[in-house]
Amino acid sequence: MTITRRHLLTAIPLLALVKPAAATPEAMATAIASYTGNKLPKTGKVTFDIAKLIDNGNAVPVTIRVDSPMTEQDHVTGIAIFNEKNPLPDVARFTLGPRAGKAEVSTRIRLATSQKLSAIAQLSDGSYWQQTVDVIVTLAACIEGEAM
Amino acid sequence: MARALIHMPADARSGEIIEIRALIAHPMETGFRPGNAGGILPRDIIRNFVCKYNGVQVFAAELHPAMSANPYIAFHTRATESGTLEFTWTGDNGLAQTETARLTIAS
Repeated sequence: MTITRRHLLTAIPLLALVKPAAATPEAMATAIASYTGNKLPKTGKVTFDIAKLIDNGNAVPVTIRVDSPMTEQDHVTGIAIFNEKNPLPDVARFTLGPRAGKAEVSTRIRLATSQKLSAIAQLSDGSYWQQTVDVIVTLAACIEGEAM
Repeated sequence: MARALIHMPADARSGEIIEIRALIAHPMETGFRPGNAGGILPRDIIRNFVCKYNGVQVFAAELHPAMSANPYIAFHTRATESGTLEFTWTGDNGLAQTETARLTIAS
């Protein structure tokens, strides 16, 4: 069988499938909605500490602080990180409580490319708060995972 | 057994908020990378982390492939009584590892 131009054209959608699926802003919005139970998080209370310019996307230090007294009546019950353009919109979900004493979590995450990140905090009164940051990534994580 | 590191003070005053840093050696294979032999490397990550203070859960985390290799988590807890803190990581391929640390309350 000779390969015609028509065959090549039909192969292009297949090549696109080889590339790992990337999360989209819509996928991030859906993941956030499932975390908050369709409540729209308010902006504030949360401090998302991350470098604006990231050299190495394989291990990006992040710190999330929430302004909360952390008492039995008023505390943070959860903190979650979401991203826009990694293969999956979820990064991590932390469960806290009044025993935590301080609503602050640090970790290291992977970033596939320059994108928007959201940190969402759930408070004991049922409200959700967020902060969104834009970051630039020069060396992407999982670059060897990219087909083409 | 993967190598795990727990950094926290050995003693504290009652009511003091202490920082706990937990790190475990793990590749956190995402399940999106192609391997040398062709095909995609299967996912192998740590899914959950739990910290219990004298049997009561004070902190937990659900991890996804976007966590870096050798996942590091730093968090806080209020020192209430002398006792044991138990750290458990669970993940793919039946991974389950528990480390413990002692905390003494100075009177």
